Amino acid sequence: MNGMVRLVLVLTLVAAGAGLVLSLVESLTRAPIAEQRRQETLRALQAVLPPADNAVDQDTVALVIGQDKRGRDLLRRFYRGRLAGELTGVAFEVIAPDGYSGEIAVMVGVDPQGSVVGIAILRHAETPGLGDKIEDAWFREQFAGKTLDNADWRVKKDGGGFDQITGATISPRAVVEAVRRGLVFFRDNRAAILVDVGEG
Amino acid sequence: MSLAREFRKGFWRDNPVFRLLLGLCPALAVTTSAENGLGMGLATTFVLVCSNTVVSLLRKVIPSRVRIPCFIVVIASFVTVVQLCMEAYFYDLYKALGIFIPLIVVNCLILGRAEAFASKRTLLPAIIDGLGMGLGFALALFTLGAVREILGAGTLFGWSLFGADYQPLLLMILPPGAFIAMGLLLAAMNLYDARRARD
Repeated sequence: MNGMVRLVLVLTLVAAGAGLVLSLVESLTRAPIAEQRRQETLRALQAVLPPADNAVDQDTVALVIGQDKRGRDLLRRFYRGRLAGELTGVAFEVIAPDGYSGEIAVMVGVDPQGSVVGIAILRHAETPGLGDKIEDAWFREQFAGKTLDNADWRVKKDGGGFDQITGATISPRAVVEAVRRGLVFFRDNRAAILVDVGEG
Repeated sequence: MSLAREFRKGFWRDNPVFRLLLGLCPALAVTTSAENGLGMGLATTFVLVCSNTVVSLLRKVIPSRVRIPCFIVVIASFVTVVQLCMEAYFYDLYKALGIFIPLIVVNCLILGRAEAFASKRTLLPAIIDGLGMGLGFALALFTLGAVREILGAGTLFGWSLFGADYQPLLLMILPPGAFIAMGLLLAAMNLYDARRARD
């Protein structure tokens, strides 16, 4: 019996000590981690929006874009960039579910009329050296200035207006389609996205 | 065995990756570049030294019947410390290593050294062992990452080596390249050892 008590006691003490150390480290790193994540979002926003002087990540509006499998609302956050109080652009994240290897998350920036300013690839697991060329500047830059009306939103191989990547058609096709769907949502919900609430 | 030999053994004779073939999952998965390999190796070294230290200090307190759960709690705690610190201060490396940082917990090298060495030895040899084995692991991952990055991307630490005309051997930074590079390095080491034994 005595031995049993000792086993329980030692294991409990070790776990308690570990818990103590972890809570200490967590409290020390919480602020820097939050800042790192914010900087990452800000970098992506800066890359896809026209110059802005407001705190873009504070000036947001979230809209329901659908339901997940359990019927919960899926939200998409729209970041609004302003220069001297004037709305210059809106950025939002779209997910391409049909990449070659899992989802591709893309940040899309548009001007208030719905014309693309720039895109940035946030996350992907495409093949290094092939599909991951969607991150290259030449691929991303061909989206600049495109609208739903002035471009054919397919890759050239499918008869559209966007260059694909040699040896990798699936990744660009997924990105082009995801950006197109994002633009359609923006057009259909433009009033709700541009409305002045939660001025940051 | 002297302390110096405890330290040195991890680099060649008992190298975790190339001699004991331990911790191969991270060794194959994250070594797509020299930087990733080195980062993973140093993170593992930190966990190994810390866990060896604590396990050695507690070796008389921990009853043998609950030693494995105790070791795992200690190791998992240090891995979480590394993960939090890396996310806070080395964010790009944290993003590059991704899921393989929490998976340091199940790197059998660390539990192996705790069980086979640190739980039976005093503090100093345990620390030296952790340092030597960890740095040996880091060196192996760095070598593997450097070979794959040079051949597969034509760069080292992101610096271009051969100019723009170089056509990289893409296969080497894809998963099969990990096995090929690992096999060739192992063969080279075996050849060297065999030559030396014969002389």
